Amino acid sequence: MAEENVDLGFDPTLKKKKKKPTKAVEESGNETTPEVDDVLSGLKKKKKKPAKVDVGGDESSGTPVDELTDALGELKLKKKKKKAVTADDFDKQLEKAGVLDETNVERESSVEPSTQTQYGLSYEELLDRFFTILKENNPELAGERSGTKFRIPPPICQREGSKRTAFANVQEIAEKLQRSPEHLIQYLFAELGTSGSVDGQKRLIIKGRFQPKQLENVLRRYIIEYVTCKTCKSINTQLKKESSNRLFFLVCNSCGSTRSVSSIKTGFQAHVGRRKKV
Amino acid sequence: MSLQNLNTFDPFADTGDDDTQPTNYIHIRIQQRNGRKTLTTVQGVPDEYDLKRILKVLKKDFACNGNIVKDDELGEVIQLQGDQRVKVMEFLTTQLALPKKNIKIHGF
Repeated sequence: MAEENVDLGFDPTLKKKKKKPTKAVEESGNETTPEVDDVLSGLKKKKKKPAKVDVGGDESSGTPVDELTDALGELKLKKKKKKAVTADDFDKQLEKAGVLDETNVERESSVEPSTQTQYGLSYEELLDRFFTILKENNPELAGERSGTKFRIPPPICQREGSKRTAFANVQEIAEKLQRSPEHLIQYLFAELGTSGSVDGQKRLIIKGRFQPKQLENVLRRYIIEYVTCKTCKSINTQLKKESSNRLFFLVCNSCGSTRSVSSIKTGFQAHVGRRKKV
Repeated sequence: MSLQNLNTFDPFADTGDDDTQPTNYIHIRIQQRNGRKTLTTVQGVPDEYDLKRILKVLKKDFACNGNIVKDDELGEVIQLQGDQRVKVMEFLTTQLALPKKNIKIHGF
Protein backbone atom coordinates (compact mmCIF):
# COMPACT_ATOMS: atom_id res chain seq x y z
CA MET A 1 0.00 0.00 0.00
CA ALA A 2 2.67 2.40 0.96
CA GLU A 3 4.46 1.87 -2.30
CA GLU A 4 1.29 2.42 -4.28
CA ASN A 5 0.68 5.61 -2.47
CA VAL A 6 4.17 6.63 -3.26
CA ASP A 7 3.56 6.06 -6.93
CA LEU A 8 0.25 7.87 -6.88
CA GLY A 9 1.65 10.79 -5.07
CA PHE A 10 4.49 11.47 -7.42
CA ASP A 11 3.52 15.04 -8.09
CA PRO A 12 3.57 15.92 -4.42
CA THR A 13 7.04 14.55 -4.32
CA LEU A 14 8.08 17.18 -6.79
CA LYS A 15 6.77 19.85 -4.52
CA LYS A 16 8.60 18.35 -1.66
CA LYS A 17 11.73 18.18 -3.67
CA LYS A 18 11.58 21.89 -3.99
CA LYS A 19 10.85 22.34 -0.37
CA LYS A 20 13.30 19.91 0.90
CA PRO A 21 16.37 21.41 -0.59
CA THR A 22 15.42 24.62 1.12
CA LYS A 23 14.87 22.73 4.31
CA ALA A 24 18.20 21.07 3.95
CA VAL A 25 19.76 24.45 3.49
CA GLU A 26 18.04 25.67 6.57
CA GLU A 27 19.10 22.69 8.54
CA SER A 28 22.61 22.95 7.36
CA GLY A 29 22.68 26.65 7.96
CA ASN A 30 21.22 27.03 11.44
CA GLU A 31 18.30 26.18 13.62
CA THR A 32 17.71 29.87 14.02
CA THR A 33 16.76 30.32 10.37
CA PRO A 34 13.08 29.63 11.04
CA GLU A 35 13.01 32.51 13.44
CA VAL A 36 14.53 34.72 10.83
CA ASP A 37 11.80 33.59 8.48
CA ASP A 38 9.21 34.41 11.08
CA VAL A 39 10.54 37.87 11.25
CA LEU A 40 10.28 38.18 7.50
CA SER A 41 6.73 38.75 6.32
CA GLY A 42 4.99 36.87 3.54
CA LEU A 43 5.92 33.21 3.19
CA LYS A 44 6.35 32.73 6.88
CA LYS A 45 3.93 29.91 7.35
CA LYS A 46 5.12 27.79 4.47
CA LYS A 47 8.65 28.06 5.53
CA LYS A 48 7.78 27.42 9.11
CA LYS A 49 6.01 24.22 8.32
CA PRO A 50 8.89 22.58 6.55
CA ALA A 51 11.27 23.59 9.23
CA LYS A 52 9.08 22.23 11.95
CA VAL A 53 8.38 19.09 10.01
CA ASP A 54 12.03 18.45 9.98
CA VAL A 55 12.15 19.02 13.67
CA GLY A 56 9.30 16.60 14.15
CA GLY A 57 11.13 14.07 12.09
CA ASP A 58 14.06 14.53 14.38
CA GLU A 59 11.91 13.96 17.37
CA SER A 60 10.51 10.78 15.92
CA SER A 61 14.09 9.63 15.51
CA GLY A 62 13.73 9.68 11.75
CA THR A 63 16.62 12.04 11.06
CA PRO A 64 18.84 9.54 9.34
CA VAL A 65 15.94 8.34 7.26
CA ASP A 66 15.11 11.89 6.33
CA GLU A 67 18.57 12.53 5.17
CA LEU A 68 18.50 9.38 3.14
CA THR A 69 15.18 10.26 1.60
CA ASP A 70 16.44 13.68 0.80
CA ALA A 71 19.24 12.11 -1.08
CA LEU A 72 17.09 9.53 -2.83
CA GLY A 73 14.15 11.69 -3.74
CA GLU A 74 11.51 9.03 -4.41
CA LEU A 75 11.29 7.89 -0.86
CA LYS A 76 10.51 11.40 0.21
CA LEU A 77 6.85 10.49 0.14
CA LYS A 78 7.25 8.66 3.39
CA LYS A 79 8.09 11.95 4.85
CA LYS A 80 4.94 13.31 3.41
CA LYS A 81 2.92 10.71 5.16
CA LYS A 82 4.63 11.43 8.36
CA LYS A 83 3.89 15.05 7.86
CA ALA A 84 0.27 14.37 7.10
CA VAL A 85 -0.16 12.15 10.10
CA THR A 86 1.59 14.50 12.43
CA ALA A 87 0.17 17.54 10.71
CA ASP A 88 -1.97 18.38 13.69
CA ASP A 89 0.95 18.27 16.00
CA PHE A 90 2.89 20.45 13.66
CA ASP A 91 0.04 22.87 13.45
CA LYS A 92 -0.05 23.07 17.18
CA GLN A 93 3.62 23.66 17.27
CA LEU A 94 3.20 26.25 14.59
CA GLU A 95 0.55 27.96 16.59
CA LYS A 96 2.81 28.03 19.58
CA ALA A 97 5.63 29.42 17.55
CA GLY A 98 3.34 31.79 15.68
CA VAL A 99 1.56 33.04 18.74
CA LEU A 100 3.80 35.99 18.91
CA ASP A 101 3.29 36.92 15.28
CA GLU A 102 -0.47 36.42 15.42
CA THR A 103 -0.82 38.49 18.49
CA ASN A 104 1.08 41.22 16.79
CA VAL A 105 -1.30 41.09 13.84
CA GLU A 106 -4.28 41.11 16.14
CA ARG A 107 -3.00 44.13 17.90
CA GLU A 108 -2.62 45.94 14.61
CA SER A 109 -6.12 45.06 13.41
CA SER A 110 -7.68 45.75 16.77
CA VAL A 111 -6.45 49.28 16.71
CA GLU A 112 -9.18 50.49 14.33
CA PRO A 113 -12.25 49.09 16.13
CA SER A 114 -10.99 50.44 19.40
CA THR A 115 -10.73 53.91 17.92
CA GLN A 116 -14.26 53.59 16.50
CA THR A 117 -15.71 52.52 19.78
CA GLN A 118 -14.00 55.42 21.43
CA TYR A 119 -16.32 57.79 19.60
CA GLY A 120 -19.47 55.85 20.48
CA LEU A 121 -21.41 53.02 18.87
CA SER A 122 -20.05 50.92 16.06
CA TYR A 123 -21.53 51.14 12.56
CA GLU A 124 -23.69 48.02 12.96
CA GLU A 125 -25.11 49.25 16.20
CA LEU A 126 -25.89 52.62 14.71
CA LEU A 127 -27.60 50.97 11.75
CA ASP A 128 -29.72 48.80 14.01
CA ARG A 129 -30.67 51.78 16.10
CA PHE A 130 -31.64 53.78 13.05
CA PHE A 131 -33.89 51.08 11.65
CA THR A 132 -35.60 50.27 14.92
CA ILE A 133 -36.44 53.93 15.44
CA LEU A 134 -37.60 54.30 11.85
CA LYS A 135 -39.85 51.26 12.13
CA GLU A 136 -41.37 52.54 15.34
CA ASN A 137 -42.14 56.00 14.08
CA ASN A 138 -43.04 55.56 10.42
CA PRO A 139 -43.06 51.96 9.28
CA GLU A 140 -43.93 52.89 5.70
CA LEU A 141 -40.46 54.28 5.13
CA ALA A 142 -38.79 51.15 6.47
CA GLY A 143 -40.40 49.00 3.80
CA GLU A 144 -43.09 47.59 6.08
CA ARG A 145 -46.10 47.63 3.85
CA SER A 146 -47.97 44.75 5.40
CA GLY A 147 -49.33 46.92 8.16
CA THR A 148 -50.96 49.47 5.93
CA LYS A 149 -51.82 47.16 3.06
CA PHE A 150 -55.47 46.74 2.26
CA ARG A 151 -56.80 43.28 1.91
CA ILE A 152 -59.52 42.88 -0.62
CA PRO A 153 -61.51 39.72 -0.17
CA PRO A 154 -61.56 37.45 -3.21
CA PRO A 155 -64.82 37.54 -5.15
CA ILE A 156 -67.24 34.81 -4.20
CA CYS A 157 -69.13 33.34 -7.11
CA GLN A 158 -72.15 31.12 -7.02
CA ARG A 159 -73.99 29.65 -9.90
CA GLU A 160 -77.48 30.94 -10.09
CA GLY A 161 -79.16 28.51 -12.41
CA SER A 162 -77.33 27.64 -15.58
CA LYS A 163 -77.16 31.04 -17.21
CA ARG A 164 -76.55 33.39 -14.35
CA THR A 165 -73.81 33.99 -11.82
CA ALA A 166 -74.29 35.39 -8.35
CA PHE A 167 -71.49 37.60 -7.14
CA ALA A 168 -72.01 37.36 -3.41
CA ASN A 169 -69.62 39.85 -1.86
CA VAL A 170 -69.89 42.92 -4.10
CA GLN A 171 -71.09 44.96 -1.18
CA GLU A 172 -68.15 43.99 0.95
CA ILE A 173 -65.61 44.65 -1.79
CA ALA A 174 -67.17 48.02 -2.63
CA GLU A 175 -66.93 49.00 1.03
CA LYS A 176 -63.30 47.97 1.22
CA LEU A 177 -62.54 50.06 -1.84
CA GLN A 178 -64.59 53.00 -0.51
CA ARG A 179 -66.67 53.11 -3.66
CA SER A 180 -70.38 53.02 -4.07
CA PRO A 181 -71.55 49.55 -5.10
CA GLU A 182 -73.49 51.09 -7.97
CA HIS A 183 -70.33 52.43 -9.51
CA LEU A 184 -68.57 49.09 -9.23
CA ILE A 185 -71.56 47.23 -10.61
CA GLN A 186 -71.82 49.63 -13.51
CA TYR A 187 -68.18 49.01 -14.34
CA LEU A 188 -68.59 45.25 -14.08
CA PHE A 189 -71.52 45.27 -16.47
CA ALA A 190 -69.72 47.50 -18.93
CA GLU A 191 -66.61 45.36 -18.91
CA LEU A 192 -68.33 42.02 -19.04
CA GLY A 193 -70.77 43.19 -21.67
CA THR A 194 -73.76 41.88 -19.80
CA SER A 195 -76.52 43.04 -17.55
CA GLY A 196 -77.92 41.93 -14.26
CA SER A 197 -79.46 43.01 -10.99
CA VAL A 198 -78.98 43.07 -7.26
CA ASP A 199 -81.10 40.64 -5.33
CA GLY A 200 -82.58 40.79 -1.84
CA GLN A 201 -79.41 39.62 -0.08
CA LYS A 202 -77.46 42.34 -1.84
CA ARG A 203 -75.84 39.84 -4.14
CA LEU A 204 -75.18 40.78 -7.70
CA ILE A 205 -76.78 38.55 -10.28
CA ILE A 206 -74.90 38.70 -13.57
CA LYS A 207 -76.15 37.23 -16.78
CA GLY A 208 -73.72 34.73 -18.17
CA ARG A 209 -71.28 32.28 -16.64
CA PHE A 210 -68.26 33.71 -14.95
CA GLN A 211 -65.48 32.16 -12.92
CA PRO A 212 -64.19 33.91 -9.79
CA LYS A 213 -60.87 34.31 -11.53
CA GLN A 214 -62.41 36.21 -14.41
CA LEU A 215 -64.20 38.53 -12.03
CA GLU A 216 -60.96 39.01 -10.16
CA ASN A 217 -59.29 40.22 -13.33
CA VAL A 218 -62.03 42.74 -13.92
CA LEU A 219 -61.88 43.86 -10.30
CA ARG A 220 -58.16 44.33 -10.58
CA ARG A 221 -58.61 46.59 -13.57
CA TYR A 222 -61.30 48.53 -11.75
CA ILE A 223 -58.96 49.08 -8.84
CA ILE A 224 -56.17 50.26 -11.09
CA GLU A 225 -58.40 52.66 -12.96
CA TYR A 226 -60.77 53.96 -10.33
CA VAL A 227 -59.21 53.29 -6.95
CA THR A 228 -55.43 53.53 -6.80
CA CYS A 229 -53.75 56.88 -6.69
CA LYS A 230 -51.35 57.13 -9.59
CA THR A 231 -48.92 59.29 -7.66
CA CYS A 232 -48.55 57.37 -4.41
CA LYS A 233 -50.13 54.00 -5.24
CA SER A 234 -52.38 54.25 -2.23
CA ILE A 235 -55.93 52.97 -2.46
CA ASN A 236 -57.10 55.32 0.23
CA THR A 237 -58.94 57.52 -2.25
CA GLN A 238 -62.30 59.10 -2.87
CA LEU A 239 -64.28 59.46 -6.05
CA LYS A 240 -65.85 62.86 -6.33
CA LYS A 241 -68.16 64.18 -8.94
CA GLU A 242 -67.56 67.73 -10.00
CA SER A 243 -70.96 69.28 -10.43
CA SER A 244 -69.73 72.04 -12.73
CA ASN A 245 -68.38 69.88 -15.51
CA ARG A 246 -69.84 66.48 -14.62
CA LEU A 247 -66.44 64.87 -14.49
CA PHE A 248 -65.32 62.31 -11.98
CA PHE A 249 -62.25 63.15 -9.95
CA LEU A 250 -60.17 60.81 -7.87
CA VAL A 251 -58.91 62.50 -4.72
CA CYS A 252 -56.19 60.75 -2.77
CA ASN A 253 -56.59 60.92 0.99
CA SER A 254 -52.99 60.15 1.78
CA CYS A 255 -51.14 62.42 -0.63
CA GLY A 256 -53.87 64.86 -1.64
CA SER A 257 -53.43 64.56 -5.38
CA THR A 258 -56.37 64.78 -7.73
CA ARG A 259 -56.80 63.26 -11.12
CA SER A 260 -59.68 63.08 -13.48
CA VAL A 261 -61.17 59.73 -14.26
CA SER A 262 -63.11 58.82 -17.35
CA SER A 263 -66.70 57.90 -16.85
CA ILE A 264 -67.79 54.34 -17.39
CA LYS A 265 -69.02 53.81 -20.88
CA THR A 266 -70.74 50.79 -22.18
CA GLY A 267 -69.43 50.18 -25.63
CA PHE A 268 -70.96 48.49 -28.56
CA GLN A 269 -73.32 45.73 -27.60
CA ALA A 270 -73.76 43.13 -30.24
CA HIS A 271 -77.16 41.71 -30.51
CA VAL A 272 -77.04 38.27 -28.99
CA GLY A 273 -79.92 35.90 -28.95
CA ARG A 274 -83.00 35.58 -30.99
CA ARG A 275 -83.55 38.03 -33.75
CA LYS A 276 -86.55 40.22 -33.86
CA LYS A 277 -89.13 39.24 -36.32
CA VAL A 278 -89.40 41.88 -38.97
CA MET B 1 -14.76 67.66 -30.09
CA SER B 2 -18.26 68.79 -29.33
CA LEU B 3 -19.12 69.88 -25.84
CA GLN B 4 -22.29 68.22 -24.69
CA ASN B 5 -23.06 70.89 -22.16
CA LEU B 6 -22.99 73.72 -24.66
CA ASN B 7 -25.43 72.16 -27.08
CA THR B 8 -28.47 74.30 -27.57
CA PHE B 9 -31.66 72.50 -26.90
CA ASP B 10 -35.20 73.67 -27.00
CA PRO B 11 -37.08 72.64 -23.86
CA PHE B 12 -40.38 73.27 -25.58
CA ALA B 13 -39.64 71.16 -28.61
CA ASP B 14 -42.04 68.34 -29.32
CA THR B 15 -40.49 65.21 -27.95
CA GLY B 16 -43.00 62.94 -29.57
CA ASP B 17 -43.91 61.08 -26.40
CA ASP B 18 -46.74 63.26 -25.16
CA ASP B 19 -48.55 61.85 -22.19
CA THR B 20 -51.90 63.14 -23.28
CA GLN B 21 -54.36 60.32 -23.31
CA PRO B 22 -55.69 59.42 -26.70
CA THR B 23 -59.37 60.10 -26.96
CA ASN B 24 -60.03 57.76 -29.83
CA TYR B 25 -59.37 54.42 -28.26
CA ILE B 26 -59.82 51.20 -30.12
CA HIS B 27 -61.92 49.03 -27.87
CA ILE B 28 -61.74 45.28 -28.12
CA ARG B 29 -64.58 43.68 -26.22
CA ILE B 30 -65.90 40.24 -25.59
CA GLN B 31 -69.45 39.13 -25.18
CA GLN B 32 -70.81 35.84 -24.02
CA ARG B 33 -73.18 33.96 -26.17
CA ASN B 34 -75.04 30.78 -25.52
CA GLY B 35 -72.98 27.98 -24.08
CA ARG B 36 -69.26 28.59 -24.10
CA LYS B 37 -69.41 30.62 -27.25
CA THR B 38 -68.21 34.17 -27.38
CA LEU B 39 -68.16 37.16 -29.66
CA THR B 40 -65.34 39.66 -30.10
CA THR B 41 -66.09 43.21 -31.15
CA VAL B 42 -63.53 45.72 -32.35
CA GLN B 43 -64.76 49.26 -32.10
CA GLY B 44 -63.11 52.50 -33.14
CA VAL B 45 -60.67 51.48 -35.85
CA PRO B 46 -59.54 54.72 -37.54
CA ASP B 47 -61.32 55.73 -40.70
CA GLU B 48 -58.27 55.56 -42.91
CA TYR B 49 -58.28 51.79 -42.71
CA ASP B 50 -60.53 49.77 -44.91
CA LEU B 51 -62.56 47.68 -42.51
CA LYS B 52 -63.68 45.31 -45.19
CA ARG B 53 -60.15 44.35 -46.11
CA ILE B 54 -59.10 44.07 -42.47
CA LEU B 55 -62.02 41.79 -41.80
CA LYS B 56 -61.10 39.62 -44.75
CA VAL B 57 -57.58 39.13 -43.41
CA LEU B 58 -58.76 38.59 -39.84
CA LYS B 59 -61.24 35.97 -40.88
CA LYS B 60 -58.60 34.08 -42.79
CA ASP B 61 -55.92 34.43 -40.12
CA PHE B 62 -58.05 33.46 -37.15
CA ALA B 63 -60.11 30.91 -39.03
CA CYS B 64 -63.37 32.36 -37.82
CA ASN B 65 -66.36 34.08 -39.26
CA GLY B 66 -67.13 37.71 -38.76
CA ASN B 67 -68.91 40.69 -40.15
CA ILE B 68 -69.15 44.45 -40.00
CA VAL B 69 -71.98 45.96 -38.04
CA LYS B 70 -73.05 49.54 -38.50
CA ASP B 71 -73.96 51.27 -35.29
CA ASP B 72 -75.69 54.63 -35.14
CA GLU B 73 -73.35 56.17 -32.57
CA LEU B 74 -70.21 54.12 -32.75
CA GLY B 75 -69.81 53.77 -36.47
CA GLU B 76 -68.72 50.53 -38.00
CA VAL B 77 -67.74 47.73 -35.70
CA ILE B 78 -66.00 44.49 -36.57
CA GLN B 79 -67.56 41.39 -35.09
CA LEU B 80 -65.68 38.15 -34.90
CA GLN B 81 -66.74 34.77 -33.63
CA GLY B 82 -64.88 33.42 -30.63
CA ASP B 83 -62.44 35.00 -28.26
CA GLN B 84 -59.99 36.73 -30.61
CA ARG B 85 -59.04 39.61 -28.33
CA VAL B 86 -55.34 38.94 -27.97
CA LYS B 87 -54.95 38.00 -31.59
CA VAL B 88 -56.74 41.12 -32.79
CA MET B 89 -54.55 43.21 -30.51
CA GLU B 90 -51.45 41.63 -31.97
CA PHE B 91 -52.68 42.16 -35.50
CA LEU B 92 -53.46 45.81 -34.93
CA THR B 93 -50.09 46.53 -33.36
CA THR B 94 -47.90 44.59 -35.75
CA GLN B 95 -49.67 44.72 -39.11
CA LEU B 96 -51.34 48.11 -38.88
CA ALA B 97 -48.64 49.65 -36.65
CA LEU B 98 -51.14 51.17 -34.26
CA PRO B 99 -49.74 52.27 -30.91
CA LYS B 100 -50.50 49.90 -28.09
CA LYS B 101 -51.72 52.62 -25.76
CA ASN B 102 -54.56 53.40 -28.13
CA ILE B 103 -55.96 49.91 -27.80
CA LYS B 104 -58.01 48.81 -24.85
CA ILE B 105 -58.97 45.24 -24.18
CA HIS B 106 -62.10 44.77 -22.13
CA GLY B 107 -63.78 41.81 -20.63
CA PHE B 108 -62.68 39.10 -18.26
